[in-house]
Amino acid sequence: MQSNIILAGVGGQGILTIAAVIDRAALQSGLTIRQTEVHGMSQRGGAVQSHLRISDKEIYSDLIPEGAADLILSVEPLEALRYMPFLAPDGRIITSIDPFINIENYPSIEDILAELHRTNRPVLVNATELAREAGNAKTSNMVMLGAASRYIGIDEKQLEAAIGELFHGKGSAIVAVNIKAFRKGQELSQTQATET
Amino acid sequence: MNKQLLLGAEAIALGALDAGISGVYAYPGTPSTEITEYIQKNHADRIPPVRSSWSANEKTAYEAALGMSYAGKRSLVCMKHVGLNVAADAFINSAITGVNGGLVVAVADDPSMHSSQNEQDSRVYGKFAMLPVLEPSSQQDLYNAAREAFKLSESVQLPVLLRLTTRLAHSRAGVERTSAQPQNPLHALYAPERFVLIPQNARRQYNLLLGKQKDLEQLSEQSWLNRLVTGTGSTGVIAFGIAFNYTMEVRQAFALDFPVLQIGQYPLPRKQVESLFTSCDTILVAEEGYPVYEELLRGYFGGDNIRGRMDGTLPRAGELNADTIARGLGIEPKAVFTVPDIVVNRPPSLCKGCGHRDLYAALTKVMSSFAEHHVFSDIGCYTLGALEPFNAIHTCVDMGASITMAKGAADAGLRPAVAVIGDSTFTHSGMTGLLDAINDGSPLTVIIADNDTTAMTGGQQSSATGSRLLNICRGLGIEEQHLRTIIPLKSNLEENIRVLKEEIPYEGVSVVIAQRECVETAARKKRSKVSGT
Repeated sequence: MQSNIILAGVGGQGILTIAAVIDRAALQSGLTIRQTEVHGMSQRGGAVQSHLRISDKEIYSDLIPEGAADLILSVEPLEALRYMPFLAPDGRIITSIDPFINIENYPSIEDILAELHRTNRPVLVNATELAREAGNAKTSNMVMLGAASRYIGIDEKQLEAAIGELFHGKGSAIVAVNIKAFRKGQELSQTQATET
Repeated sequence: MNKQLLLGAEAIALGALDAGISGVYAYPGTPSTEITEYIQKNHADRIPPVRSSWSANEKTAYEAALGMSYAGKRSLVCMKHVGLNVAADAFINSAITGVNGGLVVAVADDPSMHSSQNEQDSRVYGKFAMLPVLEPSSQQDLYNAAREAFKLSESVQLPVLLRLTTRLAHSRAGVERTSAQPQNPLHALYAPERFVLIPQNARRQYNLLLGKQKDLEQLSEQSWLNRLVTGTGSTGVIAFGIAFNYTMEVRQAFALDFPVLQIGQYPLPRKQVESLFTSCDTILVAEEGYPVYEELLRGYFGGDNIRGRMDGTLPRAGELNADTIARGLGIEPKAVFTVPDIVVNRPPSLCKGCGHRDLYAALTKVMSSFAEHHVFSDIGCYTLGALEPFNAIHTCVDMGASITMAKGAADAGLRPAVAVIGDSTFTHSGMTGLLDAINDGSPLTVIIADNDTTAMTGGQQSSATGSRLLNICRGLGIEEQHLRTIIPLKSNLEENIRVLKEEIPYEGVSVVIAQRECVETAARKKRSKVSGT
């Protein structure tokens, strides 16, 4: 197997936590991993992305080539569109529909959604709302991971276990709310997949 | 699970720890910061613990590392590419003295300037200093190379430059460790004939360095970091450093079989290169950085059958990737989608609630009352004041240049002359410039934005903040009545405007220190207090 995932968002939104969970699960599944991160100036409220590649064979490039991403997993709808050239012809966008507006010329959400609907079977997630339902609005990144989990290429149970390990140090309540958020995302994705 | 997932930068750190370093010296700089941070978090179980706190700048870091090597121990010094400019004097001359304990210089270049003001290629410095340079292409190779670099350094008695670039520094992969080796015993060297670089010694040492070059090339010929991936076809690729990964990606994705000569150790292994030239009609030279060796090979072999950055086959500027390599080989990559027109840029900006915002609010207000309102600034988060909506600063060139450029402009007659510099940048390279200004009595106002940390690189310990900064300014000779402090908060706007209005027109050197903790650092402290760690 090989899975190429672009994680997208705005600096501070927690895409590296998503990456850390997938990394951990992949490592435990005995897979090869390459995962880039953005550090430095862009972290200050700018567009950030992480290229995450997992495979059962050797991976050469840390960066995903154009047209080769199986997934764009974004925690912000405008950011999902920024990396379209990386998307494979049959690749899929999974994104939160909650805009993060810190620029004056942010496009209308209707236009963004229209562009997203033009892509191949996108999974659009009301992540903040689901995170609140799970018990903490800050867990929207785990909602997004849950929504993507069926498409990542790693056993979903393994991903859930990795969340438990990653948040272990922060206490059982934090672990529980993050897992609940993850499952909320899973359910939504499951429903959308059966509907279409 | 015997592999751990490490950033390239962290792989170097772990390799150095396992090679038995006794100290790391560094000033933070993207993309090199995580090397030192990893050692700071993971050195405690080493015996004795590894010295690892931040240095004031790259030059002090380098010299301390050389001193540790002089004393017989292994030391690592880390910096970003432009940091090597600051450390260049020590770096070049340490090639003349040579080393005692192994000394490795890890330099992270930033092609495409993700977080830098240029994309200079540190391999040029390596050639300039005539030192061995290692440029591994994977995280595992970085770990192995970092370990071996110390042995190499001790065997050739020279510093070794370990070069990496942003993508590898900031990419994670599984890395397998080998057993750690103990630190060197203290064995300081009485060798004034090497270390006292008066001309008669320097000339002899330089000749020794020249004499080592053939051996260094021989070591490159035998190095595991230089290897040929055999193949067929009339086109071959010489792939340097991380360019190897992109080349192999293309080879795999498009099921091609061209030969690839991977270069990961310099000086260039001439025989291996010659042999590829003999077997191929056309050679693509793929270097992450400047076309350093392409230029050399064009001179050596003639340019007719060489492709690369210099003839436009690969882009002249910016980092490479699998797509640029594919295009360079005449293959159009597979992209089918484009970025929709509605997508706008989202540049970085100062954090919500950041004190720099309130400082610039006051400063811009005051400056707007002058016909000339130039503000000379520097490198740090406050550089974001150059962007909308602030448009508050007009220069940012190199560490410390705010004060000295403002001084020069003041000397030329510009009034007012204002500099904005952060606490960490001030102790890095601002203090000496301020001394110049004070000695000259240049009419200049220096605003030190003291947020109690090195914020841009993620909140590292700053060399001097708070009252120590005030005392440094006093010690340099600032008059007490022109050494002011303000607290950049919205509620203090009027008061801050008043102070700046008083100091900016002063016909001598004044310093205004804007003191307010970085909001990110404050939040981090709060979080760690809550979780009790």
